[in-house]
Amino acid sequence: MSQSAAQRKTYSDNQERKEPLIRIEARGDYSKKQAWTCRVIAIILAIIVGGLILLSIGQNPFNAYGTMLSGSLGKAYSIKQTIRITIPLLGTALAIAPAFKMRFWNIGAEGQITAGAIAATYFALFWYDAMPHTVLLITMAAAALIAGGIWGLIPAFFKAKWGTNETLFTLMLNYIIIGVVKYLQGGPWEKIPHGVQQIAQFDANAYLPALFGIHIGWIIVIILTALMFIYLKYSKHGYELSVMGESIPTARYAGMSVEWITMRTMILSGAIAGLMGFLVVSGADHTLSDSVAGGVGFTAITIAWLAQLNPIAMVFISFAMAILEKGASSLQTVYAVPASASDMLIGIILFFMLGCEFFIRYRLVRRKRNKQKEVE
Amino acid sequence: MSGFLTALIAFCVASIITGTTLLYGTLGEILTEKAGNLNLGVEGMMLMGGIGGMAGVYYLEKAFPSVSGIVIFFFGMICAFLVAAFGALIFSILSITLRANQIVTGLALTIFGTGFGQFFGEHMRIAENGRIVAGITGKSAFQYNPLSGLENIPVVGQLLFSYNTMVYIAIIIALLMSWFFYHTHKGLNLRAVGENPATADAAGINVNRYKYLATCIGGGICGLGGLYFVMVVSSGVWTHEGLLGKGWLAVALVIFVLWSPNKAIAGSLLFGALSIMFMRVTIIPIPTEIYKILPYIATVIVLIISSMRNKRENQPPGWLGLPYFREDR
Repeated sequence: MSQSAAQRKTYSDNQERKEPLIRIEARGDYSKKQAWTCRVIAIILAIIVGGLILLSIGQNPFNAYGTMLSGSLGKAYSIKQTIRITIPLLGTALAIAPAFKMRFWNIGAEGQITAGAIAATYFALFWYDAMPHTVLLITMAAAALIAGGIWGLIPAFFKAKWGTNETLFTLMLNYIIIGVVKYLQGGPWEKIPHGVQQIAQFDANAYLPALFGIHIGWIIVIILTALMFIYLKYSKHGYELSVMGESIPTARYAGMSVEWITMRTMILSGAIAGLMGFLVVSGADHTLSDSVAGGVGFTAITIAWLAQLNPIAMVFISFAMAILEKGASSLQTVYAVPASASDMLIGIILFFMLGCEFFIRYRLVRRKRNKQKEVE
Repeated sequence: MSGFLTALIAFCVASIITGTTLLYGTLGEILTEKAGNLNLGVEGMMLMGGIGGMAGVYYLEKAFPSVSGIVIFFFGMICAFLVAAFGALIFSILSITLRANQIVTGLALTIFGTGFGQFFGEHMRIAENGRIVAGITGKSAFQYNPLSGLENIPVVGQLLFSYNTMVYIAIIIALLMSWFFYHTHKGLNLRAVGENPATADAAGINVNRYKYLATCIGGGICGLGGLYFVMVVSSGVWTHEGLLGKGWLAVALVIFVLWSPNKAIAGSLLFGALSIMFMRVTIIPIPTEIYKILPYIATVIVLIISSMRNKRENQPPGWLGLPYFREDR
């Protein structure tokens, strides 16, 4: 039972043995420069991986990327197209921001856009000759705001009252309202002659006017960006959202009405998304179809998240996404590379960005015998 | 009367055949969600599995024209499973190890996966100069009915024994999963990880390992759903439009059946029925498109009712969608 001193394990030896080979340590604070370096590296890596995939199907990646850039930014016409794509992306990301700030996972932006589009279309189709141009547009916008707001309120109400899971609820509502559009376009709102399952083009009275060749939606989203920035950062509501996002019990303790804030925020979120629906049907498509949202509701979630809910950052990120999207369709025209390449590339970029957030927040520490070494 | 019965049986059979795509997706997602991971990338994984399996079958038949049906069948399944599981692996690494937000990661996977499926599908079509169609051996391998002897029993025979192999495999997976969750030790551990990983961790369960395995295997099963759709429903012809939306329907079905694999069998039959009902039942004058959204409406109702009644066993796994970091405990 006796052990010699040499055999007996010392306390410090035990400590060493138990320390893992690589462990994670949260960085105390990190400079903005470090964070952005990481992100830029992530984007570069993503572009390289995308290039490798292009190589695997026999395409020259440099030509391909070059075509994407020139297709989206090369001519004035292309830039306008790219901006057109940016508008609903940016607007919807702005819409989602307040909801996400309070950790209400609003995945229903796709449906809220569609709901707003339906409401605006109603007035465009049936009231276009009853009102002057400006009044019609304002009515359409108001209808879109209200419809989107209601569609956003429904899940918020049930979450507030019974704790219903909002992620799943909002998701389902998307497909319900898109189904309603499909019904409308094949049924009561189908254009004459019947049989094409499409809704008629709007009368010119319902068109959104353009400035510099792009519908004035761009002015609206710029204003929205500024407003949302102020709202989130400097208003009492924005403060309440931050507190709720951190800890609901704290918010309650501070006297905030969690239920009312939830519902109010989702009305706002849905309304802004609905307004985007109005912009798309009145400014871009000049009609309603079941693809009016076209995935914007989902992409905007990733934009909002990547921007860390900062409206100014959202401007740049949405524009970047639009470049990718427009670039991919040019790529298809020129090189017959399927346009779904942009989806893949966006997916890859998202993966790398999601991964790099980890390296911004944490550092890897490798166990050394006597001293620690940092592994980045 | 017998005319009605025949029609009803035919309707049930068609519902099951349509619904099995959903069943695979639902079972895979149930496994993932039971471990606490909300993987919204089901749509992407089903497409990845679909194109992976299709490519596997197509190129195998091209390279070895005389290979037997069984080999094609299993090779296709393995390819589909692995490609989809790879997508799920990306999700797992990002959301478990790199602590990324699960919802955004899942959406990224959907965007990537649908892009991946459509991209390689389109590329194959261009490279092979035409439609991508499985060869005769491959097609019949997937249409093969292992219980064809019993098919001739009246009524029951057609209702129960007239399906292709993958339908039966799906049902077996469902039953195995249910047994696993509720009658095995490891299943209990998995459910604990999904309900409250902190407690599970304190009890010595390796939380990350369970999460990784559940998510990747679950993803692979979703991929099998994609393969099933391409080879059975679409008769071996690659189309990417048909599979779109099924992944989201599967996510809905997971909620609708309250995370129970056994109920998923019945649930997929119901949802399958609803999606083809507009073709057959014209008594009730509901427009086609409204029929198609009935599954979603039904799911919303189930969501609301289950949160109102708040019975313990019907709730989503307690930690669904939330990340677990040991240091936050």
